[in-house]
Amino acid sequence: MNEGTTEHPENAAAFVANDARLKWHDQSLWFVREKRDRASSVIPEWESLRALGADIKAHTLSRLADYLEEFEKKATALGAHVHFARDAEEHNRIVHGLLRERNVTRVVKSKSMLTEQCGLNHHLEAHGIEVIDTDLGERIVQLRHEPPSHIVMPAIHLKKEEIGDLFHDTMGSASGISDPKVLTEVARGQLRGNLLAAQAGITGVNFAIAETGGFVVCTNEGNADLGTAIPPLHIASMGIEKVIPRAKDLGVFLRLLARSATGQPVTAYSSHFHGPRPGGELHIVIVDHGRSEILGREHYRRTLQCIRCGACMNTCPVYRRSGGHSYGVTVPGPLGAVLAPHIDPKKHRSLPFASTLCGSCSDVCPVQIDLHQQLLLWRGDLGRAELIPLRKRAASQLAGWVLARTWAYEFLGRIARWILPKLPKALLRANDWGRQRELPPAPKESFREMYRRRRGQ
Amino acid sequence: MANSRNDILRALRAAHVPPKPLPDLPTSGVQYPDVHAQFAKSLSDVGGRCIFAGDGDIEIALSKLPEYASAIRVLSLVPGAKKANVNMAAIIDPTELADVDVCVLPGQLGVAENGAVWVVEDGFPFRAGWYLAQHMVLVLRADTIVHNMHEAYERISVGARGFSTFISGPSKTADIEQSLVIGAQGPRSCTALVV
Repeated sequence: MNEGTTEHPENAAAFVANDARLKWHDQSLWFVREKRDRASSVIPEWESLRALGADIKAHTLSRLADYLEEFEKKATALGAHVHFARDAEEHNRIVHGLLRERNVTRVVKSKSMLTEQCGLNHHLEAHGIEVIDTDLGERIVQLRHEPPSHIVMPAIHLKKEEIGDLFHDTMGSASGISDPKVLTEVARGQLRGNLLAAQAGITGVNFAIAETGGFVVCTNEGNADLGTAIPPLHIASMGIEKVIPRAKDLGVFLRLLARSATGQPVTAYSSHFHGPRPGGELHIVIVDHGRSEILGREHYRRTLQCIRCGACMNTCPVYRRSGGHSYGVTVPGPLGAVLAPHIDPKKHRSLPFASTLCGSCSDVCPVQIDLHQQLLLWRGDLGRAELIPLRKRAASQLAGWVLARTWAYEFLGRIARWILPKLPKALLRANDWGRQRELPPAPKESFREMYRRRRGQ
Repeated sequence: MANSRNDILRALRAAHVPPKPLPDLPTSGVQYPDVHAQFAKSLSDVGGRCIFAGDGDIEIALSKLPEYASAIRVLSLVPGAKKANVNMAAIIDPTELADVDVCVLPGQLGVAENGAVWVVEDGFPFRAGWYLAQHMVLVLRADTIVHNMHEAYERISVGARGFSTFISGPSKTADIEQSLVIGAQGPRSCTALVV
């Protein structure tokens, strides 16, 4: 790996080298993508629902400060405490402060990509607080000491046999078990014990409602609910972009979210929290962490419309064939590839190139984010900032020169068709993507030549 | 911290995002020829079960459920469940609900497009009951079932209670190789009893 940068092709090399596993991963995600297609096709108004979701989010972004203030006011009136954090460090300090003041040492956490992005678990563990992730997929990757590889299905990269071995090592289950039903039962027993013993619960936020001051958390396992119904302290962490104007807007977003994410009509639990539970405390931490900067960038701000369904990952031919860990960021796939360069363009310069620009991500996005356009925009911006490797930059410049001149394009095409069959295969090894591939067969004539010939007939 | 709040709000205003209108919402969406049949189908598709009790006795309908018939500890906030033997008033700590076998609770409204039932924490201080019991029965009236989520949000008042939720089927996970397993941390079954 290059100093200070995360190179996607290099990170993906090991994953790509295991052909059988790559195909399995590809098919697992395609299976979810197909479920999404079926779930959306039974809703006649699906496309207008997407447009509505996009419009509500675009409106909210145009008045984000007003809606956050309204949310803060209403949430406070309901008895919640609202905190603001500029960055990950401040978020972690606030959360740790709340736990320390109440002498909390055991925390249960439901899935939250924001806390993952902030590195909250490590921060709390460094201060002697035990954090148990209660979403099964998150618990699995937590026990393996690795990050999630997908935002909705954190352990999608693992085989059931590996999870069986992990549970044998960490939970004392019998060795050799690989039946998902049995493994889930083992985890159920452990996690219910953790939930009953917890002193505080941390959750993310799927939607915060400005009109009412409440928020919604969606899970299939019910772990966010258990984790906040038992202990007296609930801390909810949300990005500034999670707010929506009205309660009834949830009708749009709850219809879109689960269908896009997993192909379910809705998650098993869509819980609406308005104020602390009787006798308990509720703290909401609203986090910026670079989001306000993205809002200021005209061409990129639409990415803040995202509702974190993961559909763009499931459909992306590059994500499916390189695995989430190869992106080196909390949010992988097309969405991660457009978000990460805002934080550190040099470090994440390879991510906008981890795409075929096929546009499938934009087609499935429930809030109509133009992801493939954003990926293309980044390529240009990174090139102009001279942040992409010289070789790639030179190749792009050369290609640009050739593509602008018909004669050069035709001439080079003729040379390529002649020379391609004569090239040694070894030449492909110089290219990261070429290593596992064959040279294509050269056609005898170009489309242009074929067109001229046929028209002349 | 007050500074962070003001800094963030100032940065958001300084982004000068051009105004965009807030769209009107549909009050309706997909419609089904038989809203009750669709509700039952949606719920069964997500691993739940729907039973139409008609005007019949709730106890008769409940006793046909194997998990109710074999239950030892039953908590009910719905009149008519004769097996109910957990006294809510005597519970001090929500963890005491961990060994409840069946919880019978009222549902306010059902949604045909996804089999979800809207429940609120009225008269039920321990919301953990919805999640800790091994099996869940939600009792709702047939005339509360609507076609879709837009209609549902027209009828409910989400901010009226500290906690309320749409429950669509039992607790489940597909985190191990995408195999659907019913009964993650929460209830292993979810039955809607429509009266």
